[in-house]
Order: sequence, then structure tokens, then C-alpha cells
Amino acid sequence: MNIIVPIKMVPDLVDELEINEDGTDLDRDFLSYKLNEFDDHALEEALQLKEEGDATVTVIAFDGEETDKALFTAIAKGADNAVKITGDFEEGTASHVLAKALAEAIKDMDYDLILTGVQAADDRDGQVGVLLANYLGVPHVSVVSGVTLSGNTATVHKEYAGGMMAEFEVDLPAVLGIQAARETPRYAPVSRVRQIMRQAELEEVEVGDVDVNVGSEVRRMFTPEAGEGAEMIEGDAEEVADKILEILKEKGVR
Amino acid sequence: MNQDIFVVAEHLKGSVEDVTYELLGKGRELAGSTGGKLVAVLMGSGAEGLAGSLGAADKVIYVDHPALENFNPEAYAAALADVVKANNPGLVLVPNTSMGMDLAASLSVRNDLPLVAYAIDVAIDGGNVVATSQLYGGKVNAESVLEGDTVVVSVLAGSFPADAGKKDGAPEVEKAAAPAELDNLKVRFKQLIEPEGGDVDITAQEILVSVGRGIQSDENLPMVEELAEALGGAVSASRPIIDNKWLPKTRQVGKSGLKVKPKLYLCLGISGAPEHIEGMKDAELIIAINTDESAPIFEHAHYGSTEDLFDIVPALTEKLKG
Repeated sequence: MNIIVPIKMVPDLVDELEINEDGTDLDRDFLSYKLNEFDDHALEEALQLKEEGDATVTVIAFDGEETDKALFTAIAKGADNAVKITGDFEEGTASHVLAKALAEAIKDMDYDLILTGVQAADDRDGQVGVLLANYLGVPHVSVVSGVTLSGNTATVHKEYAGGMMAEFEVDLPAVLGIQAARETPRYAPVSRVRQIMRQAELEEVEVGDVDVNVGSEVRRMFTPEAGEGAEMIEGDAEEVADKILEILKEKGVR
Repeated sequence: MNQDIFVVAEHLKGSVEDVTYELLGKGRELAGSTGGKLVAVLMGSGAEGLAGSLGAADKVIYVDHPALENFNPEAYAAALADVVKANNPGLVLVPNTSMGMDLAASLSVRNDLPLVAYAIDVAIDGGNVVATSQLYGGKVNAESVLEGDTVVVSVLAGSFPADAGKKDGAPEVEKAAAPAELDNLKVRFKQLIEPEGGDVDITAQEILVSVGRGIQSDENLPMVEELAEALGGAVSASRPIIDNKWLPKTRQVGKSGLKVKPKLYLCLGISGAPEHIEGMKDAELIIAINTDESAPIFEHAHYGSTEDLFDIVPALTEKLKG
């Protein structure tokens, strides 16, 4: 059983995000990047599947900010191989382009299962997992939070609204968009990652220009207007607590 | 672009989901500006009767096949691709829901059509579809121009009022043949799994104290429970808390959790990702406490504070117990 986990770095949402001069993208000069949290769940689910059976896990990512560190971290967590895709795929590249390039890099690999994060904070033109599945011509289920493997099929749970789930049986190879791993994604100690960085090597695959019709362009990017937002309560914790009590009484909640 | 506006109808357990009505309402407005028809695409097995609740549409295209009885990512994608290919609409509106996420991107690749996802608004401007997407956890919006005769936009649930598209009636029903692919599927529906009953029904609570990542550790939960008790309410949570197994799934508010409408929704350390907002934005009074002043939750709350929740919670509890 060979499992591939494509991972992607996204801007850290804890930081303040600023728009560039053109007003068409983030100002990426001072952004810090981190692993897309759903990809971390996909990796965790892959590692869980590896631990309960006989599987190898390969992580694959586009070269860019923090990519090496994320790939080595994945190995430190238990992945077997790490592949870096080189080429012209800077941060902010459209999902269609990334998915098509991933398909180019993956199509000749020997794989049974591809686990991606269900979505990312910046996949404006669609979720990479489902696009990838369609470029590869393999089945897909997204918003998955439970995977069981049996022979050449996977039984998966897809989440709907209100806590409802649907169970599907999927022939492999397939792409699953992971919403949540069965366990909280594991943590790799920094010392272990440093050690791996000295010992392990990243395999590199070059992908040239891909032919894909994105068909849409951002003409304006902006931060949603504040204004009709919250009335901010000033003061220290005591004062805020007093004011909240006052509001509750006023609104008849108290 | 072509003129007709297509809306993919989402249904579960024999009834059409509200998001479909939201899209039909918006679709009606867009069809008005293109001068085209508003068409609902319905897929199912023996589900033709559902067309009667899609009265806002001028026409319903219905595909019937046993494999379409319940949603199936592969079967629905194949049937939808055929319908779109045969009819060449100008715009296909797909809900950006769990089901829609499997459909929109499939349609884009299968039929080589542009796609923009996470839309909270859609307009026609200069003969093109323009979609506004909510990105980066709700912190940034992007307005995209889609170019092509037929384009696809997936729209977040709750973006438009459902009332405008909720109309019974007897629209013309056109039956479309199911593709042969449906007889040999690689994805097979097995069963629906109902949510487990919980200790507390958060949808029935008038007061919810909801916790997010900012709570930092499950060791801090008792403090929040004490506050909820003092207020006469219950504790709910955002997704990360449930994924960490600090609280059961039955306490989850949001897209894949429950929709709540309490009198008071007091959120502690919740950033306000779109998936969470979807589940609580209709609460009567929303008070948000988060140290990140740029957290999107403050866009939706009525009152907010950036003071530390670990200072406010005990202070408020003490005053309530007074």
C-alpha cells in the first residue's frame, strides 16, 4: 500500500494579512508560511494507516517558503519518502495549475491512495484534491473524517452538515480530501527534525509548464469592511465583565 | 457568456436543502440580468417529486438512476457533467458544501470550465461573471472575473437569503438520460450515519458559551463550564476543540457541526473561520472575546473585547454568582 500525501504551505493566518499595491494579491514580502492544517490531518491519517497495516507514506510538496522544513518534519513524524517539486510554482499559484502539476509528478508513481487536506485557506479556484483526482482520472471523496482500508477498497466517512455522515466504499487508487484525522496530528520535536535534516534527503522532481485553463483572474483583493462589526468594549477584564453584565441585563438575557 | 443560469439542487433524506433555495434566489436575479432562464439540475432516483419544491426555477432538468438515489461523488459528477455539456448554460451555481465540493471541481476539470470557489457574492459585470470569494479564514475577500461561455461558481451556504428562492410550483421538468458511467462506479454509497445523541442538545440552549483554539488546553474547560453554569447555559465549541477530543462532536457549532440560534452566544478564543460563522451567525446576541483584534469573529459579533479570556471568564463568573 503506497500512500501519497501532497502538502502545501499557506500564509499563517495569525499574522495580519496585507494587500499588495495592485490590490490583486496579498503583500507576500513579509508573510510567514506554515503547513495547511488540513494537510497536517491528511498526513496524520496516512501515518495512522501505515501504523495499522503495511504501507509506505510519501509526502510531496512544491518548492517554496518553508517547504524543506515541512518535508523533513513529515519524515520526522514517520513518513518514508519526501519529494520536492521544482519548477515555476510560486506562492499563490492557482489550484488548477498546482493540481495539474501534481498529477504530472504523481501519475507515473506507484500509488494506491492519495490523501490531501480537504481545503486550504487560499484555494480560490477550487480544492486541489478533487481537481487532482479528476486530472488523474481516479475516484474521489472529500470532507472525509474516517478511513478504513480493506484489500483494494477504502471505506470512508464523509461529513455532512449537522453531524450527519455518509459511508462510501471506494475502489483504489483514489483521492480522499481529509477533514480530520482520527487522532490529533502528532508533533515532531525540533531536535528530531534537525537530526532528520542532516540525515535524510529530499527527492526532487522537476515539472515544466502545465497546460491548464484557469479561466479566472483576481481583479480586486480586499479585507472585508469593518464598520458593521462588533462594538468593542474598552477597559480591563473587570470593566469588560461589568459591561457584559450590563449588556446581558439590557437585552433581557440576564 | 451564455445566458442560462443553472443551479445544482442539493437534497438529503428526501428534502431539498436550504442552500439550494439560496442559490435559486440569487440565480433568479442573475437570470434577470442575462435575460436567460433559471434552471435547477436535480439528480436522484424516483425523486422527480422534489421538482415541486423548486418552483423558483423556470425549468428543472432531472436525471434519474438508482446510483443517484443518495449523493455519490462520482455518479453525481458524471451526471452533472453530461447535463452541463448538453445545455451550455452561462453559469453553474454549485453549493460549496460537502456534496458541492466534490461536484464543482469535478465539473471544472471534466468539462474544462473555469471555477471559482468559496463565493459569498456573484454578479454579472460587463458580460462576465464576477464572484467574490471569502479566503484566508475569512480575513480577505477576492473578487474574480471568470471568462468563458460557461463558468462554474461554488457558493458558501448562508450567503443569500433562502426565502427568495423558496417557492412551490410546477416548473417544466425535462428528463435527461443518465450516463453509462453510472452502471460501473468506483465509488459506492453504503449508508447514512445519523449523529449520536449527546448529553446536551446545544441547538435547544438559549445561552451558549463557545470555546475555540484560544482556550489552549482542556484543563481550562472547567473554568468555562463554571461560567456557562452561572449563565444558565451550556458549553459549545469550534472544530479544533472537537478534533482534539476535548469535547464531544455533539457540542460542535459550524458547517459540519450544528447550527445554533441562541439568545446569547458568548465566544471565547474563536477566530471566526467561515465554517464556524455558518453555524452561529443567526444568534440574537453575539459577544466575542479574542486577543487577536483582526479576528474575523469581530465582523459578526455585536460586542467584542480583546482582553484575555483567562481574565474575563473568572471575573464574569464571580460577578454572576455575586
